[in-house]
Amino acid sequence: MSVDQGSFRAALLDPERPVPGGLRDGAGRPAGRRFAVYRNNVAVSLTDALETGFPVVARLLGPTNFRSVAGAYLRQYPPRSPMMMTYGADFPGFLQGFEPLAHLGYLSDVAALEYALRESYHAADAGPIAPDALAAIPSDALAETRLTLAPALRLLRSRWPVHDIWAYNTYKDRPKPRTVAQDVLVTRPDYDPAPHLLPPGGAAFIDALQSGRPLGAAVEAATQAQADFDPAPVLTLLLTERAIVSLS
Amino acid sequence: MFDRVQIPERLPHCPGVGYKSQHFNDLTEDPGTVGWLEIHAENYMGAGGRPLAQLRHLSERFPFSVHGVGLSIGAEGPLDPDHLARVKRLCDWLDPAVFSEHLAWSTHGGAFFNDLLPLPYTNATLTRIASHIDQVQDVLGRQMMLENPSSYLAFDESTWQEPDFLRELARRTGCALLLDVNNVFVSATNLGYDPRAYIDAYPLDLVGEIHLGGHDEDHDDHGAPLLIDSHGREVADPVWTLFDYTLSRCGPRPVLIEWDNDVPDWPILRAEADRAATALGALAA
Repeated sequence: MSVDQGSFRAALLDPERPVPGGLRDGAGRPAGRRFAVYRNNVAVSLTDALETGFPVVARLLGPTNFRSVAGAYLRQYPPRSPMMMTYGADFPGFLQGFEPLAHLGYLSDVAALEYALRESYHAADAGPIAPDALAAIPSDALAETRLTLAPALRLLRSRWPVHDIWAYNTYKDRPKPRTVAQDVLVTRPDYDPAPHLLPPGGAAFIDALQSGRPLGAAVEAATQAQADFDPAPVLTLLLTERAIVSLS
Repeated sequence: MFDRVQIPERLPHCPGVGYKSQHFNDLTEDPGTVGWLEIHAENYMGAGGRPLAQLRHLSERFPFSVHGVGLSIGAEGPLDPDHLARVKRLCDWLDPAVFSEHLAWSTHGGAFFNDLLPLPYTNATLTRIASHIDQVQDVLGRQMMLENPSSYLAFDESTWQEPDFLRELARRTGCALLLDVNNVFVSATNLGYDPRAYIDAYPLDLVGEIHLGGHDEDHDDHGAPLLIDSHGREVADPVWTLFDYTLSRCGPRPVLIEWDNDVPDWPILRAEADRAATALGALAA
């Protein structure tokens, strides 16, 4: 009896299905739990990959709950690519719609932040502008200047204190998160990505810069979100984090 | 393109290790007997960042072997051209001494299972896999090596013995072979055959690289030993013995220590490489 890869695959991800016929041990008996080695390899390796990729989500849920949530996810969303560095892109969306965790509304945004950190880690390298390049632009030309930002930059807007939840569960001695909306910028000055809390309006400002609008228009967009928006601290953050790669 | 089977001679006949980023400093300061490194291709397909920077640095000092785990050469469906193009990009950039993949499948219907899944050895699978190997070698513009799998079960429909199947694939495609001695021991235990007979039947003249790794022990439904290829501990003593036997048959080869899970501190991995170096040295003496 032949076993096609479709039926092998179906039984692989569904432990309720019978082991396909035509699979034997060395003595010609049905394979039985030998098939479970493959089931286990797949489930464990994908769960481990998710645990490595989403350490704060894993910590928030605890090991037992996390493995159960990961098991549900990996059966619904097996990887679509052999590049495991991209596995889990759908995890934030999955968590958002996962009814048993509906009471943990922030979980999805924490997962999105962790995935953004991973994307940033693998993003293309790009050298920064000279530290004084921005200051050298005449003030009357500043509003029309466009900034190209580093490929490793990621922006996340949240109605939850996502930055503080991440920090509280990653470092020692961070204050307990308070209920407040937080926007986060992920930068990667060299090889280690890090999240930074943005002031109100900062996300709109960076979003405008990333979509190619000049500084003046970006400030205007930010001012609509936050009337007294001051671009200086955000520009300083971008400069110190080596996140501006060219000016035009 | 590769009509004469020749084994690649670009890796030194000394131990290599599977590269893990936590060993970056150790390898630059204290490589011991380690003379080359192997990477899993799929872990280095990002656009930039630390993984590629580390490779750039290490490749100035060590020859590299690129070991694919995601091409799914044994799949029923066609190879993923996008993924093959990514492998090519990596090989063109790093210019490794060798590229290898597995006699296994890992994707189906667009889903990837992150495991090396088994296939029956029939004339039909032989023809399909040979065409996949041809395609890989044509796209990469280089010879590849194909690795024997670890088996937990057998297929009713198989009509070929594994060593003969691999020999025939090499004959048809001009690919070389990678011999995983731990996989031989695991499969022989699990399926109840003599591992030395497998080594004797293997086309050792086509082997361009040997793998050694650790395995776990379990039992099947009948209480028979069931070994799991886990790459999470030291190489077992009977595998070292089988390795010695293999070397006595084929002479020195590049030998890789694979340790992918619960990766140990450098001195432990180095000691495994030293043990392989001692076995290679004993051969020369």
